[in-house]
Amino acid sequence: MIGTGLLREFQRQPFRLDPVLSGLLLLLMGLGLAVLYSAGDSDAGLVWRQSVRFGIGIGLLIVASQLPPAVYRRWAPWLYLAGLGLLVAVLVLGVGRGASRWLDLGVIRFQPAEAMKIAVPLALAAWLHRKPLPPGFTDVLVCLVLVAAPTLLIALQPDLGTSLLIAAGGSMVLFLSGLRWRWILLAAGLAMAALPLLWGVMHDYQRNRVLTFLNPESDPLGQGWNIIQSKIAVGTGGLSGRGWLDSTQSRLEFLPEPHTDFILSVLAEEFGFIGVTLLMLLYGAIILRSLYLASQARDPFGRMLGGALSFLFFFYVLVNAGMISGMMPVVGVPLPLISYGGTSAATLLAAFGIIMGLYSRRKVLRND
Amino acid sequence: MISGNFGSLRDGQERATVNRRIWLLATLMLLALAGVLGRFAEIQLSEHATYAARAENNRVRLQAIAPNRGLILDRHGRVLAENRPAYRLVMVPERVPDREQAFNEIDRLVGLSDAEREQARVRISRSRRFQPITIKGNLEEREVATLALDRHRLNGLEIEPYLIRHYPYGEALAHVVGYVARLDESDLKRLDAANYRTTTHAGRTGLERYYEDRLHGTSGVERVETNAQGRMIRMLERTDPLPGEDLHISLDLDLQLTAVEALGEHPGAVVVMDIASGELLALVSKPGFDPNLFVNGISHAAYRELLESPYRPLFNRFLAGGYEPGSTIKPYVALAGLDAGAITPATRVFSSGAYRLPGHSREYGDWRKGGHGWVDLEAALAESVNAYFYDLANTIGIDRISRELALFGFGQPTGIDLPGETNGVLPSRSWKRRTLNEAWFPGETLITGIGQGFTVATPLQLAYAAATLAGRGRAAPPRLLATSEAAVRVEHAEADWDAVLAGMHAVVHSSRGSARAIAAGLPVEIGGKTGTSQVFSRPEEGEIDPAALPWFLRNHALFIAFAPFDQPRIAIAVVAEHGGGGSSVAAPVAAQVLRRALEATP
Repeated sequence: MIGTGLLREFQRQPFRLDPVLSGLLLLLMGLGLAVLYSAGDSDAGLVWRQSVRFGIGIGLLIVASQLPPAVYRRWAPWLYLAGLGLLVAVLVLGVGRGASRWLDLGVIRFQPAEAMKIAVPLALAAWLHRKPLPPGFTDVLVCLVLVAAPTLLIALQPDLGTSLLIAAGGSMVLFLSGLRWRWILLAAGLAMAALPLLWGVMHDYQRNRVLTFLNPESDPLGQGWNIIQSKIAVGTGGLSGRGWLDSTQSRLEFLPEPHTDFILSVLAEEFGFIGVTLLMLLYGAIILRSLYLASQARDPFGRMLGGALSFLFFFYVLVNAGMISGMMPVVGVPLPLISYGGTSAATLLAAFGIIMGLYSRRKVLRND
Repeated sequence: MISGNFGSLRDGQERATVNRRIWLLATLMLLALAGVLGRFAEIQLSEHATYAARAENNRVRLQAIAPNRGLILDRHGRVLAENRPAYRLVMVPERVPDREQAFNEIDRLVGLSDAEREQARVRISRSRRFQPITIKGNLEEREVATLALDRHRLNGLEIEPYLIRHYPYGEALAHVVGYVARLDESDLKRLDAANYRTTTHAGRTGLERYYEDRLHGTSGVERVETNAQGRMIRMLERTDPLPGEDLHISLDLDLQLTAVEALGEHPGAVVVMDIASGELLALVSKPGFDPNLFVNGISHAAYRELLESPYRPLFNRFLAGGYEPGSTIKPYVALAGLDAGAITPATRVFSSGAYRLPGHSREYGDWRKGGHGWVDLEAALAESVNAYFYDLANTIGIDRISRELALFGFGQPTGIDLPGETNGVLPSRSWKRRTLNEAWFPGETLITGIGQGFTVATPLQLAYAAATLAGRGRAAPPRLLATSEAAVRVEHAEADWDAVLAGMHAVVHSSRGSARAIAAGLPVEIGGKTGTSQVFSRPEEGEIDPAALPWFLRNHALFIAFAPFDQPRIAIAVVAEHGGGGSSVAAPVAAQVLRRALEATP
């Protein structure tokens, strides 16, 4: 019955994508492929494979944008619970190099943590929907549990970067719900106090990364290598950069993984500060446009969800750029829609699809 | 359904609450992005000079160091595969703007074939621009001198010392030791890429391939500081490579060379093994080839010559050569007969020169015209009387024969530590049904009883079976490196072993034995069995003078033996291709090798 209902709602909606946001995203992906070509040592195959992944992501975006918000709201709890169940399954049966993140389903390998990036904000927004805002104590508590459970499960995998993203994306729903400032301050204080506790449960390699971040020169050939080399690459770029395909740091194999997490160093070296500024402007424009779309959603559910998903995107940029410029420890977070890799691109494009869908719904209803 | 409470007062308030937060968030995010930009401005603008200088002058690079390959030595420590210092010409592509012109210059000085040029181009396209690429390896002294003189013209080219694999005994051991060759695509898939980053060669055949992981060792790594041109300034840190393991194999070089020589002009194989330990003492496949040709890449012409030679030098005969065992199979058939109670040592059969299956007209011949008369088991083995074994085979049937042969390892790999061993063929009803989809015919049982027809064995299998016979069912599987445990493979009554071994003794030491000619030259008494394997079927009528046959149609000569007869230590199998008769050709080869083996090992 759900199926036919879905179909009916699908048919009632005109096919509509936000042209501004779509255009900005295409621009970003185009730029991403150009940088990837250089960072991947002029490997056209790499660019082609990434294009295919973008194609899949765009397909997800289109589908996601056509589903009405009510569908997401209805499915939110089930999506969340399924995601949680899969996270447990991954911990028990997962496959992966060192860290167990993947669930092997025979044909496809699936990373449940990726879906949780959307499912967690979705679950919180659905819970807070129709509740008085700002939320009361009980609701806040429920929300905190909803965020904490997957965050901890993912931290156990161990995947610090993703658990950070999920905690941030989930908490943002609470922030957007109008959470009282004194509670926010209290939470911030508690988080600071909990830091030593976190240190205690971290893996050795994670502690090393933090220590190295605090003082990279202490171990210039070991753990500090990544940070120092990426800073050298960035600094070498100067104002206008060495030019496309002319980065020496990545071409001479000084940079670790120049086409994945460290691709921003290549961009910074080849296009200089001007290139980085243009990239940040592009990211800023995308974030502003998606926040605008979110603010125009017809109910608090849509606004909170849209806002949190926009923040998720922003947070990727912040963590990655922070890592490249030596402001944050090395955590495996890609530069959105620029780094090579299909999973994060698919998640983010799907998230933008949801944001577009929240917005288009409203226009249609007004015309009804 | 979607109407909700849109437009209500409460919704308006909540909307305002959320949107206030949204725009607050927007401001914070933009500020954060501005902060990120500020940080990039700091690194890229104010600190640009510092970082640019570091990038230019302070390049630290990781460099893998290939480990030295382990040596291969014989049982007395004589080196069979070594690493010899040599020189090669290498090019750093990013330092040579016009590579074709550089190739021309090299060609003018020391010669550079089109194939070498093409190889260099391929390697350059597959590597990073600062990585040295070998243009020409194993330079001769004269070439090194010529290149050194003209060094000023060869910017970006270096003469580099390195170690090249060398096989001092070349042909004699080519099929055992094998050779290394340049890594190719399939090697890279098979081997651990991280450990082979700077390794250029890997074992392609023989021991070099079988024990690749032990011979190779573990790569080391160097962190070096380089200047802008990629030239090393100083080394910061070094983890030494772990050299590969030296392999002390069981082979005795002297015995090996003796066996090669003993075979003379005949292509063929000799396998000598220690019965109790399984250690292989000599392992010859003849003709061999020069494995050193393959180390640096063999030329097409030389390779074609090896491939097209009618003597098939690249073919490993002891490992993959399939021969009809001929009469060397008779001791096993005799054991099966004794075990079945079909015969006793005293059972006598009349050989008239032509044996007929009851009710069939086809005649199965004996090798001596007119037959051998009445013979018992000992005489049947000593004179290799076919009629006796036709009759026995017919009595006990193919199932018992093939069960016995399976116990002695026919049709199964011996498990030797070399790649490429074949199984041979052990015929049985089920085998024939499976492979030919035909029923078994009684006539086939007869010829199986004298080792002809479908049965195919490798010289290695023949030697292992002979060792098992000599050990009265107990022997260790043949090995070059890790000695194996002797195990009981076949069980028979002592009297049965006595009867068959006595027959094998008579082959050499009785006045009518088929190999009696070699007895005089032996230091001890031995047991043996001659065999002749037909290369093509003879017409039933008419005699053919073997000497009149073209070389490649002549019979293969076989001989299996063990020594000393009283306390057997060594087993041997000899196959001389197209050698004619086992007694006239193969047995003298075995005698010569055994003499040497008995002198050498106490």
